[in-house]
Amino acid sequence: MSITLDRPPRGTAHQSAPSPPPWWRGRKAQGWAYAAPTALIVGVLFVVPLILVVWMSLHRWPLLGPATFNAPDNYTKIADNPLFLDAVVFTLKYTVIITVLLSAVALGLALLVQERRPGVGFFRTAFFLPGAVGFAAAALLFYGMLNNEFGPIDPLLQSLGITDEPVKWIGTPDAALFSTIALVLWRFAGFNMLILLTGLQAIPVEVYEAARSDGANRWQIFTKITMPLLRPTIALMLILSVTGSLLAFDQFFIFTNGGPDNSTVSMVMVVYREAFFRFDLGGAAAISVVLLVALVALNVLQMRVLRRSR
Amino acid sequence: MTPRSPRRRLAGVALFALAAVTACGGAEQQTARPAEQGVTITMWTRAATQAQSERLVAAYNKSHKNQVKLTVIPTDNYQPRIAAAAGARQLPDVFAADVIFVPNYTSQGLFLDVTDRVAALPFKDSLAPSHMKLGTRDGRFYTLPHTLDLSVWFWNKDLYEKAGLDPEKGPTTLKEFAEQATTVDEKLGKDGKVHGTFFGGNCGGCYVFTFWPSVWAAGGQVMNPEGTASFNDRAPMTDVFKVYRDLYAKGVTGPTAKEEQGPTWTGFFPKGEIGVMPMPSTTLGSMPKDMKIGVAPIAGPDGGESTFVGGDSIGISATSEHADAAWEFLAWTVSDEAQVEVMAKNKDVLARTDLAGNKYSSEDPRVVLINSLVAKGQTPYAPRFGETFNDPQGPWLRLAREAVFGDAGKLPQRNAEIDKSLQQ
Repeated sequence: MSITLDRPPRGTAHQSAPSPPPWWRGRKAQGWAYAAPTALIVGVLFVVPLILVVWMSLHRWPLLGPATFNAPDNYTKIADNPLFLDAVVFTLKYTVIITVLLSAVALGLALLVQERRPGVGFFRTAFFLPGAVGFAAAALLFYGMLNNEFGPIDPLLQSLGITDEPVKWIGTPDAALFSTIALVLWRFAGFNMLILLTGLQAIPVEVYEAARSDGANRWQIFTKITMPLLRPTIALMLILSVTGSLLAFDQFFIFTNGGPDNSTVSMVMVVYREAFFRFDLGGAAAISVVLLVALVALNVLQMRVLRRSR
Repeated sequence: MTPRSPRRRLAGVALFALAAVTACGGAEQQTARPAEQGVTITMWTRAATQAQSERLVAAYNKSHKNQVKLTVIPTDNYQPRIAAAAGARQLPDVFAADVIFVPNYTSQGLFLDVTDRVAALPFKDSLAPSHMKLGTRDGRFYTLPHTLDLSVWFWNKDLYEKAGLDPEKGPTTLKEFAEQATTVDEKLGKDGKVHGTFFGGNCGGCYVFTFWPSVWAAGGQVMNPEGTASFNDRAPMTDVFKVYRDLYAKGVTGPTAKEEQGPTWTGFFPKGEIGVMPMPSTTLGSMPKDMKIGVAPIAGPDGGESTFVGGDSIGISATSEHADAAWEFLAWTVSDEAQVEVMAKNKDVLARTDLAGNKYSSEDPRVVLINSLVAKGQTPYAPRFGETFNDPQGPWLRLAREAVFGDAGKLPQRNAEIDKSLQQ
């Protein structure tokens, strides 16, 4: 016995809905179409400028007038730039210090406000609030607060008997570095606290209850439960912190102006100087490319190490 | 750390620069034609000379059909803004620039050649010589003087009187300057509010503006005429450094002189806290009305007198599409009308030496003195001036701080770094 199905006659309602064009039928094509707007934005705002910067780094590029090909001069002369070499050392030192301190402070704050208690909302808001201040504005704020002539901090410390004379907050290399670190901690500890708080709250309560019923004390819970389960969140925070610190600019440009005696010049400040004080756009582009390559390599290394240790 | 990546910002600037730059011939000579009418031209100036620019623009707009739209940019950001705008071919029709940066800008082709237009001015030989010299390249003129800002010594007559000094007698040598500052500090500085003197000890531009005139007054030079070799590791520069070094060591300067980066270095004198110090002449008109101030030329260790003829020059940008209208404005700014009725009336230094004895300036002998210094002072020339002497990361600031606060024995080494920077 066989069953035959009649074809629907032409012009029926079934055919009145237009079928999608052939190029749209495959899932691949649809995927491309959905991704296109984002791809366009990434292409225009990131890939194209990146290609242009690489192209620029291969040329002598005057402010006005035609560029002339001079590769690899812009790259080879980086090694002769003592300011850049000093800036590399300083930026790495700053990155290590700020990453360690920022992680510790942010974790401490997150643990403090982790549990729901009366008043905890106030503290969460208070810790996060500096993050709402623009970074350049925060740097200017610290410059004003710590200024020896008109800042309020010195008179306050002296009236409390803590100091006898104005403290030179940015007068020596170490003082300038640690004043800047204080600024960055104030500005970013709350933001990093928020990242860690999301990680902490994603840890199931049952895991803690199980640990407690097994007799684990607070320290054991912290080291054996909290930290291992918080690792992905810590990884994210570390990547953000290391990347941001290696690209530090605003805080040193505005707050210390690279001083005293060029002791707080970051790598991006050197790029800025080459481009806008020395008008060597090709040289600045070459340093940017080197910085980018180093940063990508470091991020890849960081991700591998953190994934491996899971 | 920073959430807003500076790298992306730089990439953005690079994009603008690259997308916009096409083959262009740079500054080309254009002959003068009658200016188009009803045109609005754009102008940029830096905040340091904002007041003078605003007065000139307001007077011009009031009396002319063509209009000028002025944009004032923070002084510290001015050079980067010019660089970014030039790269993107978005320079305004005219822009003023610190006169010492002009040689670099002309070498980059940012200004239009205005040689024939300048030659047609009846008073061309009276234009401030230092500004004209720095706006000339290969015998061609690119800029006109816009504002003049001279370094002079201001002394506070009230503090001098209280300290037992003759309030009408300012210093005539750098040594006298140091003695008078020391006296004020010893007699009045016990509570820490009054100081003998002050200077911007962490500001390269402040050092050149206030220290170098003492070198010129002593008959010395700070560089060779080509601006490629520095003489800052030898006398008389080292003699000048020593005077200020001693003043700082003895605590005669304000305690924050070593940290002063520049933005507030002129802010202490108007508060009545400083006995005598080098100041920009443009601040004379904005001093408190009830403050009795004496003005003296900056002297060398043993006498002489000189000044740093600073301020701004102004030119038509090489990319302007309204060169004739722009020139009409520029030529007007150096006319008798603008110089006397706008600049002299407000106690500003004139851009023309033939108008120094005008009716307004002659009312105040201090202004007459300042105007007379235009011809005696100098404006140093160096194609790499900004990155060598003004840039906080440049080699000059390290040398000056070493000489005043650190190890003066390192001056030859630091001077070699300046030479290297000047010759790049």
